[in-house]
Order: sequence, then structure tokens, then C-alpha cells
Amino acid sequence: MSQHQAPAAGVEPAAVPDDIAALHDVDYSIDGKVIFRGIRIGIRRGDVTAIMGPSGTGKTTLLRLITGQLRPDAGRVVVDGRDVARLGRRDLYALRRRMGMLFQNGALLTDLDVFENVAFPLREHARLPERIVRNLVLTKLHAVGLRGAAQLQPRQLSGGMARRVALARAIIMDPQILLYDEPFAGLDPISMGVVMRLIRSLNDALGISSIVVTHDVREISQIADMSYILSDGQVVASGTPRELHDHPSPIVHQFMEGLADGPVSFHYPAPDLREQLLDRTGAK
Amino acid sequence: MDLLTDLLAKLRGFLERVGAMTRFFGQLLWLSPGALLRFRLIVEQVYNAGALSLVIIMTCGLFVGMVLGLQGHDLLQRFGSEDSLGTGAALALLKELGPVITALLFAGRAGTALASELGLMRATDQLSAMEIMAVDPMKRVVVPRFLGGAISMPLLTAVFIMVGLFGVQLVGVQLLGVDQGQFWSQMRGAVELDDIREGLIKGVVFGIACSLIAVFEGYNAQPTAEGVGRATTRTVVISAVVTLVLDYILTALML
Repeated sequence: MSQHQAPAAGVEPAAVPDDIAALHDVDYSIDGKVIFRGIRIGIRRGDVTAIMGPSGTGKTTLLRLITGQLRPDAGRVVVDGRDVARLGRRDLYALRRRMGMLFQNGALLTDLDVFENVAFPLREHARLPERIVRNLVLTKLHAVGLRGAAQLQPRQLSGGMARRVALARAIIMDPQILLYDEPFAGLDPISMGVVMRLIRSLNDALGISSIVVTHDVREISQIADMSYILSDGQVVASGTPRELHDHPSPIVHQFMEGLADGPVSFHYPAPDLREQLLDRTGAK
Repeated sequence: MDLLTDLLAKLRGFLERVGAMTRFFGQLLWLSPGALLRFRLIVEQVYNAGALSLVIIMTCGLFVGMVLGLQGHDLLQRFGSEDSLGTGAALALLKELGPVITALLFAGRAGTALASELGLMRATDQLSAMEIMAVDPMKRVVVPRFLGGAISMPLLTAVFIMVGLFGVQLVGVQLLGVDQGQFWSQMRGAVELDDIREGLIKGVVFGIACSLIAVFEGYNAQPTAEGVGRATTRTVVISAVVTLVLDYILTALML
């Protein structure tokens, strides 16, 4: 676990120089819909940081801002000391070589087998002898427990296996920062446990920093050093999993306990049920 | 008034799309020389778009040729000049039927495959994953597919024409009794290099157009099942219309 002293729960920690990534007062909207309003997040070097929040709060958008696929309307996104939005294409691609990202569905290239999927970044970026490529790929596949599946096609893999192959691909270039987009979604309990332990062990063994976007509170609480909860375009709470568990805010309580109703309403806004059933509202 | 506003909005949308496609085409051309260095990727796509379309192209070519043989023979018989069947069929196949029907078949077989493949790559985050791995999907995925399609089309056109001529010969000479010597010698005498060039130019232009439409629609598909379906349909419809419009323009220019 991290040696950092976590800030008090509910307080947005200011970015410090040791942050591998940070969002400074970032605004972002899509088609007039506000996703983030002045959001501030600091991702500390060497930590597993969880970004949590109800569906539709822009968690994946946050990852895309960090990778430079999206640019903020205002504010700064800084990764490894560099303002992502100001980077030219060449510098942005150079920065991305130090990042790895695990997509929700794995995003394996369907026309390549498992071995070639993992070898893909090496073949694109490095001219290495085939023997070294083979050894590197098999080592990374071994790290995720799938050395024996090297010759399989992506369509032959289960959801959990596909995600582990994608993880092997994400670490093949020895990144400094790994981003996970909903790594536990749709997995059976065994695969979930495997992926969970991999996130922690890879983070510690490779000395990298991990950002995990998820809403699986129980799983991520076991491995995260620091968590942020997003809601309504802002950080509503941050702290260690234990601190968040005891957090006084109703929305944090609703989210951590998985309650159906609370500040995040169970019902989508609608006219009064009685009036609607009596056909007085003109709505369907 | 509503109708006018609607029409103007549609016209604006159409022009925006044409503009986007033109810019996309410029990007493809800009990136193409670099892509040629990775020849293996292009060869793979020539196989996908070209070799895998061979069966359908040859089958259709054979039957188009056979129908041409029947119809041509029936028509020429009325003027007592059945021996000119070879010439008429060769010119029709070389100048029009070969390039146009090959383009329509190419759009239906290879174009839809390209569009749906790229659309699915978009929908399943494969293109985003490449971007994160600092690999430009335009260079790695789109340009080789575009070049593979553009190279395949003229070759498929040539195959279609050859098989078509075999079909004409099969019906005209073997079945309906046109003199074999007359059939081939009249063809050789009347068909000029310009006729072959016209067919080749059309094949190249249609190949570029159909491949461009397929990769553009696929790459810009909405990342949903419905979006991929729509991109595939649009590929066939737009390719067919553009092929026929270009055919008229090229014919008018080259006659």
C-alpha cells in the first residue's frame, strides 16, 4: 500500500508535484450537457486510485481527458508534468507510449490472435528481433496467467480472459501509468477476483500508477489507496476506502451502500403519478 | 416554409458530408506514400478485398457474358451480322459492363465488409485502443484498406471482363453456332487500345471511389449496432449512385 498520507475525507486534495496525473479546475461539456464543472483530482505516483460514481457521471470521459482523446473546455489536465491539451500530435503520442489502458471489453484486435495482440505495440514502436518479441510477449502473458492461450483467437476467449490479454498488451511497453475502464463489469466472481489481484500486484511489482474507473465499490475498496466519488460534474468526496465508508455525505452513503433511493433519485423526473394515471397531465 | 427549411438543412448536411469526405480523401492521399512502405499490410487487404471477391466476380462475369451472348446474338441476327457478336460484346464489357458491374459487386461484397469491419472496430473500442497505444488508426488500419480496395478493383474488373468474354463465347460460339474464327478475329480487329484504356481508367476511378466511401462510412460510423448497420447500407447505396454518375462523366470525357 502507499506510504502517502491521505487527505481528510471530503476535501479535494490539491495537486502536488509528486502527482503522476492531475486535473486542475477542468470544465467539460458534450452537446451542451455539462459533464465536469471545475473538477480537481490528483493521482499520486505509485497509488491505485479509484474513480467512482453513479453511471453517467463522466468517469470514462475523465479517462479520455487524461489520455488526450478529449480536450477540456477550461482548466488543465497534466500528466507526468505535461499539459495534455497543449501537446502536439507527436508529443501526445510520445506521452501515450508511457500509458496503458484497459478498455471495458478488452478492445482486442479481432483480426490478430492473442500473441499478436500482445505483440502489437512492440511491432508498431520497436524493431526488435523476433526472439526478444516472443520472450517479452510470453513473459507478459505469463504474468496474467494466459501463456497457454497465446495461439487462441479473441473470439475464443471468455470476457475475463479477454481483459487479461488486454492487460498483458497494456503493460508490454512498461508504462508508467495504467488506466482501467470498468475492469470488473460483467465478470464472474472468480474472474473478478483474478483481475482485482492483478491490478494491485502489477501496480506494485512494476512500480506504476493505476487509475481504476469503476462502480464496484466492494472490489475496489480492497485494493485502492485513494478513491474519488464523482457526482453531478464534481468530486463529492475523496479519501481512503475506509474514510469514504464513514463519510457523512448522504450521496456518498447512498453510493457506498448501494441504496436505490437518496440524493440520486430512483425515479426519472416525471409528472405526478396520480395526475398522470387520471390523464390530467397530457403526457403519455 | 417548413419544407424549405427542411430542404436547406438536408442540403447543408449533404454538403458537410461531402466536405468531410473530401478532407478524409486528402488525408488518405497524404498518408498513402508512407503506408506503401508497409507493403505486407496492403497485400493482406488486397487478399481480403480482391481475392475473396473473386468467386462472386467470376460467377457474375460468366452469367453477364452468357446473357450478353444471347441478347447480342438475337439482336445481331436481325441484321444478319451475328459474326460481329465478339466485337459488340467485347466493347460492351470493356467500356461499360465490366467496370460498372464489377464496381457494384465490389461495393456489395468488399465495400460492405470494409465498412462493417471498421464500424465494429469503432464500436468495440479497437480504434480507441490503437490511439492509446500511440498507433494512428488512419495509418495502420484505414489507409491499407483503402489502398487494398483501390488496387483490387481494376484487377477484378479485368477478371470480370475476361470471364465475361468466355461466357459470350460459350453461348455465342458453342451454343448458337457463331463462327469461332470470325468471333475472335473481328474482335481483335475492332477493339483498340483506347477501349481497353477506357475500361482500365474506369476501374481505377471506381475502385478509388468505392474504397473511399467504404472506409469513410465505416470509420465515421456511430459506435452502435444500428450505426454500423447504417454505415454498411450507406456504403452500398452511395457507391452505386456515385459509380453510375462517375460512369456518365467519364464516358462523356473519353468518347
